[in-house]
Amino acid sequence: MTYVKNRLRRTMMFVPGNNPAMVKDAGIYGADSIMLDLEDAVSLTEKDAARMLVFNAIKTVDFGGAEIVVRINGQDTPFYDEDVKAMVRAGVDVIRLPKTESAAMIKKLVADMENAEEQYGVEKGSIGVMAAIESAKGVLNAPEIATATPLMMGLAVSGEDYTADMHTHRYPDGRELEFARNLVLQAARAADVYAFDTVFSNMNDTEGFYRETKYIYELGYDGKSLVNPRQIPMVNKVFNPTKEEIENALSVQNAIQEAKAKGSGVISMNGKMVDKPVVEKANRVIETAKASNLIDEEGNYIGE
Amino acid sequence: MEIKTVGVAGTLESSDIQIMISAGQNGIEVDLDSEVAKSYGDQIKKVITETLNKFGITNAKVKATDKGALDCVIAARTLAAAQRATETNDEPRLEVLQ
Repeated sequence: MTYVKNRLRRTMMFVPGNNPAMVKDAGIYGADSIMLDLEDAVSLTEKDAARMLVFNAIKTVDFGGAEIVVRINGQDTPFYDEDVKAMVRAGVDVIRLPKTESAAMIKKLVADMENAEEQYGVEKGSIGVMAAIESAKGVLNAPEIATATPLMMGLAVSGEDYTADMHTHRYPDGRELEFARNLVLQAARAADVYAFDTVFSNMNDTEGFYRETKYIYELGYDGKSLVNPRQIPMVNKVFNPTKEEIENALSVQNAIQEAKAKGSGVISMNGKMVDKPVVEKANRVIETAKASNLIDEEGNYIGE
Repeated sequence: MEIKTVGVAGTLESSDIQIMISAGQNGIEVDLDSEVAKSYGDQIKKVITETLNKFGITNAKVKATDKGALDCVIAARTLAAAQRATETNDEPRLEVLQ
């Protein structure tokens, strides 16, 4: 496996790293990214066993083309060093650092990964990193964290720890997360990396889940962290472009081709100028539509 | 590698295998409890024995309670139990799994 900077990442499903049943089945639900967890989902006495299980799973289990992310233990724990080494040796796609509060922490992670890459003969720069932002300090330093390394894949807001740090807790309307969500997203966009929203853990509140997912989609988030595979189709439903959006995007692409064929520098569609942001948005829509099987190879709409 | 204590790893949950390793004198003796022992017993024992040999253990008593684990799980649990039994789990020997 090799890290790819740009790909579709609507859903990042958390999987406890010491649970063989969940690890082996993780690839069948169609998550864009799978996050195998060595941190909070693993008890202190099982860290060694979970690390070995995740290592071997990455080497042998078919995850159905999903991106494999591993959340290692934090830099303030005795497990961090061996976690980094093991995941570099396993050739994971992305290492996720929990409780990231500064660019220095990401730089340390990258340096430790480089040492491990050299030690174990793994290609340098073949593994990406992502930062979990879980505290007030992390949020305020999000811009420097996002630009700490060219290997940065993205930033993720972690709502539970963050709200605890802020002396509050999570509410259904999410107002307590507003500042963090906006700042982390701004930092990610400015640095051209991905932004992931926090988990929504009340599985019985479907309406609340849709409300939150729609909200973060409208803000501009790339994806959402999930704890249950049932949430994958729900997120995709929100993130998938509508038939109208797809048809409009296809028209934009046609207009570009037509303009190119005519040798015209200015592209127009229905009398309106098509400029760069419009083209980029159209390309993103088509990419998502293709990944979700909403259009075929020739660009015909095949969704319901 | 010297076995210093009883090393246990893995759970009794579905798709897992619990491995208990203690000192022995007659090679690797595996006592396997598995619903699929008839079809996969030899393969399970082979993965356990090979993993222990690669780790450097040639004499041990192994009690294995299988709940339908894949080979990659069997090997990972065996290594975890072996490192715990030899009190070496602060230095994971992941090359054993490769």
